[in-house]
Formats: sequence, structure tokens, C-alpha cells
Amino acid sequence: MENKQYPFYIDPKLCKKCGLCIAFCPTKVYITGEDDLPKIEHPEKCISCKMCFYRCPDFAIRLKPEVA
Amino acid sequence: MQGIPDSYSDYIAWEQLPHLWCAGCGHGIILKGIILALGELDIPPHKALLATGIGCSGRAGDYIACHRFQGTHGRTLAFATGIAAAQPDLTIIAFMGDGDAGAIGGNHLIHAARRNINITAVISNNFNYGMTGGQFSPLTPENSITSTSRSGKSESIMDICSIAAEAGANYVAKTTVYHVRELHKFLKEAISTKGFSLVEVISPCPTYYGRYNKIGNSPEMLNWLKETALPLEKFQSLSHEEKQKFFWRGKLVQRSREDFLNKYKKQQSAMK
Amino acid sequence: MKDMFIQGNEACALGAINAGARFFAGYPISPVNELSEFCSRELPKLGGIFIQMEDEIGGLAAVIGASLGGMKAFTATSGPGFSLMQENLGFAVMAEVPCVLISVQRYGLCTGVATKPGQQDIMQARWGTHGDHPIIALVPSTVQECFDLTVQAFNLSERFSSPVLVLTDAALAHLRERVIIKDEGELNIINRKTPSVSPEEYLPYSPDVNGIPTLAPYGGRHILRVTGLFHDERGFSTSNPEKCRKLLERLHSKILNHQKELPPPKYYGKDGAEIILISYGISARSAREAAERGIKKGINMGMINLQTVWPFPEEHIMNLCDQAEKIFVVELNMGQITGEVQKIFKGKAEVMPILRYDTNVITPSEILDKIESVVK
Ligand code: SF4
Ligand code: SF4
Ligand code: SF4
Repeated sequence: MENKQYPFYIDPKLCKKCGLCIAFCPTKVYITGEDDLPKIEHPEKCISCKMCFYRCPDFAIRLKPEVA
Repeated sequence: MQGIPDSYSDYIAWEQLPHLWCAGCGHGIILKGIILALGELDIPPHKALLATGIGCSGRAGDYIACHRFQGTHGRTLAFATGIAAAQPDLTIIAFMGDGDAGAIGGNHLIHAARRNINITAVISNNFNYGMTGGQFSPLTPENSITSTSRSGKSESIMDICSIAAEAGANYVAKTTVYHVRELHKFLKEAISTKGFSLVEVISPCPTYYGRYNKIGNSPEMLNWLKETALPLEKFQSLSHEEKQKFFWRGKLVQRSREDFLNKYKKQQSAMK
Repeated sequence: MKDMFIQGNEACALGAINAGARFFAGYPISPVNELSEFCSRELPKLGGIFIQMEDEIGGLAAVIGASLGGMKAFTATSGPGFSLMQENLGFAVMAEVPCVLISVQRYGLCTGVATKPGQQDIMQARWGTHGDHPIIALVPSTVQECFDLTVQAFNLSERFSSPVLVLTDAALAHLRERVIIKDEGELNIINRKTPSVSPEEYLPYSPDVNGIPTLAPYGGRHILRVTGLFHDERGFSTSNPEKCRKLLERLHSKILNHQKELPPPKYYGKDGAEIILISYGISARSAREAAERGIKKGINMGMINLQTVWPFPEEHIMNLCDQAEKIFVVELNMGQITGEVQKIFKGKAEVMPILRYDTNVITPSEILDKIESVVK
């Protein structure tokens, strides 16, 4: 079942650009975007595994603001 | 697949973020794991206490909205022993670094485990003292390069899990921040265990350990942990020499010895 | 109220328990053991807890933890253990944790002579932990005062949200005297304040008008944040210079502005005496006896028996020594309080030490001889 909460929202004020979300997303939803911030390039590929959320050390990956 | 607990945000002091940890530092991943475990176990912020030591991991208390205690270096478990005695219904998580728990606090750790105090110790093991510039700790692997072992650490590694298990802890497990699902499972089990429990989490310090040992940045360090942390049984089947190149992960102990306070109260009321 | 014949160690323990203490953690050391053993027997009967920790560092740490959990808590130790406790004593001052530490001074430096008395840890009590800090230290000289001042120590610690020291010594700890022990209900007991604001508005380190914070115990809806780092009113760490300075000043002023509430010295002898003896603890007993003998011999003298050594009761001493020409300070060390007295008189009166530091207590004759040799 598709969950509209995912993929997440990335808070640019909290992200430290460590690249963990980009490196370990199993379906490569993220790419390195402007200023090295992760960019959600392929939202349709997200399988809601939440690995990016769990591994983000900076509390920067959040549920989408409109949903949260 | 489980969702993220609705209460997730309630545990975080959002106004304090961003935190002071470096990009890719593992402390935040473990702290988030603790928060998620508390949320999933329905332990509200005011029924939880995060007790920390000194060093980078010691700052964790600055970012949470539950009760917070930060003591002197290494003494976290001794302080927490008193807190646990006064507030038996409080969930106490002692979040410590490898130097804090293994070196200066080693004695307190042995005795908190032996007494079986109702605390969950979570050790963020990043193989060095990050705050002071990357010196080796007892938990640093032998031959590692650190700021105080430029030609390799001469001392051998200390297995803090085995020590806690021998001392009498009710629950002991070890994993890495790469293995987040296992981390969350262990944290939940440890917090649910009455008595002393310990979860050691190998975690990247890209700023010092990763750089000194040419492992690389945080994603590269997580890949390294993915390759080098073997399930306990597999690790145990290795030769002594091979073991030096790997870490183990898994559950070492799970039992239900009576915790200190219960036993003490029972014995004392029998005396009256 | 009970009439008892007990030793100093037991009187301290009873004082703590009757003041409401229900938690003791410590580590075995001479000459304190009767005190800890007493607690291990008596506390559980009252629903309290005794924990023998792995060392003195852990002992004071557990006490601080229990206090933050809402219990009145204390520890007791002696020289080497007191050294180990300095680390967490500083923590208790910084984090403003009410608790009581009884140090039964033994003949010191290093492991010293474990069974003999001394008063060599007076300056350690003042300055043993690093960093500028205030401290309250009380000094009983009789078994009755062991009880009374330990009760007061708890009251002051709860009142000021601060650790309080009680300094006895190996001789007083083992001395047996008749004492009146008041029960908890008969004593005037002070308990720490509880928050008067809602959990949402609560700031643990926001001081009241007296400069004292309100620490809600862990586990309640009022979230308590405690750290040994410099912190803001919420209990989050800070390095903001203004906040650091203000906190450090408040830690001092909350006590120094209320010095009048600390136990004042007792005075024996003639008002406006020309010769004054100042002493405390076990030495005060001999000093008082010496003063009485001196007065009988016609010497115009008096004796100040300190009850509080820190903060140093400068004003009381100045007032009592109004007419003094010669002041003698009697103590079992190389002049630790003598220096303090010299500092406040700065040539206005002659201040001379009468010291002993050979493991024995000082005798009244020794004191009187010294005075007579100077006064003639
Ligand atoms: S939830 Fe899983 S699949 Fe979706 S973006 Fe995150 S890591 Fe990728
Ligand atoms: S894991 Fe978090 S901090 Fe790291 S790049 Fe992704 S969003 Fe940013
Ligand atoms: S120095 Fe190391 S341990 Fe400290 S915050 Fe940076 S990465 Fe983390």
C-alpha cells in the first residue's frame, strides 16, 4: 500500500550533507543536488523502508510538513 | 513494517538543533534509535531520563525533551544508580562513549552490571575520544591509528560486552549504526529488560577515526561496518587471526536475574 | 525526644535520618565505618536505601542521583575518600544538588594515620574541587552538635539547593556523650521547594527571588535537565559569557547574601575580652577549657567556638573580637584557619596560632601555657 508520507522532507537547515541518505537508499530515490544537499529525484521509487530516516544523524529527514 | 511513532517529535528539543556533532557522526543515529524505542514502547518523555557522560556523545542531552542528566566523565552509571533507587519507575538510559564507559567509567560499569541496577547502558563506540581530538580508548582496535597512537595502538582491544555479561548484566547486545533495524530491536529489548542491560553500538567518527585510518567519510565508514561486523556465530567460527579483522554483532546475553532494588527491598523487609 | 549515650558517628547518622534522609551511599573507610554501618541497619527500617558503592567517587555520585530523584541523601567519608569526592562535590555545587557530605577528618596527607584525628582538610573542604565555587561547611565539637549540625546541614542544603559539608574528626567520631535526640516531628525541618508553575512554563534553573532554583524530582511532568556544564535556565549547556558569569555569581550570592542563616559561632567568656581564642571541632573543647581556666586565673579572655567554617564567619568574628588585642587560633593542622583570621585582622590585632599536628589532640594546658607565655 502506498503511503503518502514517503519519501520524506529534508530540512535544509538541519542537513549537514553527510550523504548517508543518498548512499544507502535501496532504490536510489536521492541524488546529490544543489549545494551538495540531497535532492529527492525519484519519489516514485520510494518503497517506504525508512532507512534514510533512521540513518540520518541530524534529524533532518522529517515527515512531510503538511502531513506531520 | 512499523510506522514512526506519532510521539517521535515530542522527545526532541527541536529549538536546540542543529546539534554540534560533525556531518555523518553516528551519535545522532543512536540517539534517534533511543527516541524511537521509547516512542514505540509508549514511555512518555517525562517517564524517561537520558543520562550521559562527557565528550561528543555527552551532548546528547542538549537535544532531547525528556529528563536529562549529564554528570562528570565516566560516572554516569554511578549517578544513575542513585536516580534508579529514588525513581524505580523511571526508564533510565545511560548514553556513553567508549572512553567514558570503558576507560574512566570502567569500574562503575562492572559494578552497575554486577549489582544489576535497572538501567539501560547504550555505548556509542566510535573507537576514539572525538571531543578531545581523536585519542585511542580501550575499545579502539589494536594497531589503529589515532592522535595518541600515530604508529598504531599497542594495547589490545577491550570487549566491553563480554565484561558486562561476565559481571552479571541481564541483557547484552552489540551492533553498528549501519544495522539500524537490529539496533532498534536491541534497544527496545534492552529497555524492556528489568535490571542492567547494555547495547554497544559501533558508530562512525569520520572526523578522526575514519580519517586517521583512511576508512573515509561517513558513508564509507558505514560500508566498512557493513563488511566487517559479522553475526556473532560467524565471528566465533573464525580463527584468532581472522578475528582481528572483524567485529561481532548480535545478542550475547538475555536473562532475568532479580534486579538490585527488588532484591534489596525483599531482603530488608524479611529482616524487619 | 530521646536521651541517648552515643558516639559522634552515630549522632551524625541520627541527625541525617531525623532530618529526613533516606538514602546513603558510600565506601568503607576509617574512621567512618560506624556511621555507614548504622545507616545500613537503620535506613531500611524506614523504607530507605543504603548502597555500598565501588569507590567514593561512585558514593557521592549515587547520592547526587538519589537527591535529584527527590530523596534526601548523604554520604560520609574521610581524607582519601574526601579527595576522591572532590570531583562530584564540584558537580553538586554546579548543578545545585541538595545533599550532605560528612567528612570525618583523620590525620592526613595521603593515607596518613587512619585512626588518628586531624583538622587538616579544612582548606580542602573550601577549595578541593576545581573552579571558583562557594561551599557551606559546619564543624561540630560535641556529640550533641554532631546531631544538631547534621540536621542543620540538611536544612541548609534543601534551603540553598546546595551540597553542605559537616566536618568532624576521628576523635569526635568515637567520643561518647549524652545527647538529646529530637525526633523528626520535633525538629524544624526544611524541605526543598516544588515548582509553582505548570510543566510547560517550568525552567529548572530559573532562580527565585533568593537566587535559588527549584529542582523538580526526576520522573514528574516537570522536566528536569541537569548538567555539570555551564547551563542556561532550561538546563541546556551554554558557553555564552554573560550567562556563564551570571550563573557563577548567582551560585555565590545565593549563599553569601544569606550568610545570617548559617549557624553562628558560640561565645564563651567575658564580653569585650582582650584575649580571644578561636577554635572549632575537637580542638574547641580544649580551647574552651583553657579559656575557663584562664578566666579563673584572672586573664581577661573569651573563646569563639565556630559552628560554620565556610563561608568564613568574618562578621561574627569581627564583632566578637571588637576589643581584642591578641587572638589565638587553636587547630590540629599547620594553620589553615589561622591564615583566614590573619586575613581579616590585617594588623588590627595580633593573630597567633596554637597548633598541633602530631596525631594527638591539643590539651587545655598546652593552650594556656602558650597564652601565658605571650601574655605574662
Ligand atoms: S524510505 Fe527507503 S526507499 Fe524511501 S527514500 Fe528513504 S531510504 Fe529510500
Ligand atoms: S542523512 Fe540527513 S544529514 Fe545526511 S545528507 Fe541526508 S538528510 Fe542530510
Ligand atoms: S569528533 Fe567524531 S565523535 Fe565527535 S562529533 Fe565529530 S564525528 Fe562525532
